[in-house]
Amino acid sequence: MAPAALRRRLNWQLAEVLSVTTETPTARRLRLAVHDWAGHAAGQHVDVRLTAPDGYTAQRSYSIASPPQAPHLDLVVERLENGEVSEYLTEELRSGDLLELRGPIGGYFVWPATAAGPVQLIAGGSGVVPFLSMLGHHRATRSEIQVRLLYSARTEADLIGTGELAGPGISTTLTLTRAVPPGWEGLRRRVDVTMLAEHTLAPERSPLVFVCGPTAFVETVAAGMLSLGHDQSRIKTERFGATGGP
Amino acid sequence: MGTNDIDPDTGTAPRFVSRGFTGRARRPRSARLPPGQYDVGSGFPVLSAGPTPNTHLSRWDFTVQGQVDRVRHYSWADFRALPREPVEVDIHCVTSWSKFDTRWEGVSVDTLLGDVESGAEYALAFSDGGYTTNLPLADITGGRAWVVDTYDGAPLRPEHGGPARLLVPHLYFWKSAKWVRGLVLGEVEELGFWERFGYHRYGDPWRQQRYAGD
Amino acid sequence: MSTPPNPPDRRLDINAAAGPLAELFAVDLTLATVQCDGCSNTTDLARYDVYADGPGLVIRCQGCDHVVLRYSTAGGRLRLDMTGTRLLVIPGG
Repeated sequence: MAPAALRRRLNWQLAEVLSVTTETPTARRLRLAVHDWAGHAAGQHVDVRLTAPDGYTAQRSYSIASPPQAPHLDLVVERLENGEVSEYLTEELRSGDLLELRGPIGGYFVWPATAAGPVQLIAGGSGVVPFLSMLGHHRATRSEIQVRLLYSARTEADLIGTGELAGPGISTTLTLTRAVPPGWEGLRRRVDVTMLAEHTLAPERSPLVFVCGPTAFVETVAAGMLSLGHDQSRIKTERFGATGGP
Repeated sequence: MGTNDIDPDTGTAPRFVSRGFTGRARRPRSARLPPGQYDVGSGFPVLSAGPTPNTHLSRWDFTVQGQVDRVRHYSWADFRALPREPVEVDIHCVTSWSKFDTRWEGVSVDTLLGDVESGAEYALAFSDGGYTTNLPLADITGGRAWVVDTYDGAPLRPEHGGPARLLVPHLYFWKSAKWVRGLVLGEVEELGFWERFGYHRYGDPWRQQRYAGD
Repeated sequence: MSTPPNPPDRRLDINAAAGPLAELFAVDLTLATVQCDGCSNTTDLARYDVYADGPGLVIRCQGCDHVVLRYSTAGGRLRLDMTGTRLLVIPGG
């Protein structure tokens, strides 16, 4: 048996930027063409490395937003305050530029579509990005697996991938934590245990649970799902946060 | 992690340059900047190797132990009652940022050692959370090191090492142990958390002593 | 803000470490299970805490905060310390 975890050596490669589009006031979608892309699983990420003329480099990790079936690679990058990499990617980068990346990375936080049982996705902020890939994968494979998404954002304008959250077998609940627009039909508070009990798949269904967002969000949600009776081994989390200094 | 470093080994032009990328604003080099460092300006990066401890001041103490005639304990109240000094210094982190004119207040290590009688040449600073770092005793005495509880006029915030941290500004900043709780004095140098991992046992930023062997 | 809220949580997870560790490991460590040498607990490496912003990458047990792995590529040398890992198991081998 070939080792499941064995993979080809991960090398830096150059991607061509096909387009940079506005996803939200603070997030941009980078569409990339990667020659000789090894292919990825829904939920994996890439490392992006920027190099200045004097040799200074900065490196960050970004989830892949596009499904494995897409002919291109999409990243959605949220601009962080004082984030030198995210500032460059959201404000300076433009189509025709080259971007150095390596990937795909991470075999843990992935949904292979062949996995049995329903799927519960819970996203905070730009934590929805790997789920865009999973939902796209679900649509592309015409999967009959039930998927529910609970997605928390600050305001309606901060919602990422609004056109990609639906599909046959997919049901989505949105909640906004700051301002809600007139006529808003979704929820309007931070995710709490009550919300998890009412708007996610019950533990009796043994869903595979994916949680992605800022560390505090992930901690709250994971603890809440455990308290509702979900098995820890069925809960996969991915935390993101600022790394590497100022 | 090497992600933000100017590669000290190659020092050559890389194969690929990201168009329009200069990195965070780097100010003109100052003579106060050790080699390989950049001026972080008004920022104050938080670098953590573990969880931020949450020790209540009623349970906080500072201990001088090891090769000493008698162990010294300072409660928080004892510590706060000691003579205090303002300190304004430049600090240099091994991850290559430096910060000028940082303003601290605290107690000189000379004061904390007081009348301790010891033949020790080295100290191992230890902290809540298990962090340690080793220092020659000569480098933390003679007015060169402090235990500080105040930064920029306000109580030192937990992410920057509060309630109190060691401040040894003439060495790389990993030597200035956050959440410090005491010193173990000894005749032999016992290596600390980063030093056991291959970081330089002394850590002089002006000689770029980042790693063992530098 | 006069009184700061809780200090910023610096914990990440294995995803933040997977790229750098791939410079050394030919297998995907995000799929590994690790037995902590501090408390003997065995769980997915993905359930450990990763601190990625210090002079080196530090992976700690969520239960006892014991350091199970340190990794750094700074200075053109690659360093790995796994003294805190009693056993590493990767599926498929």
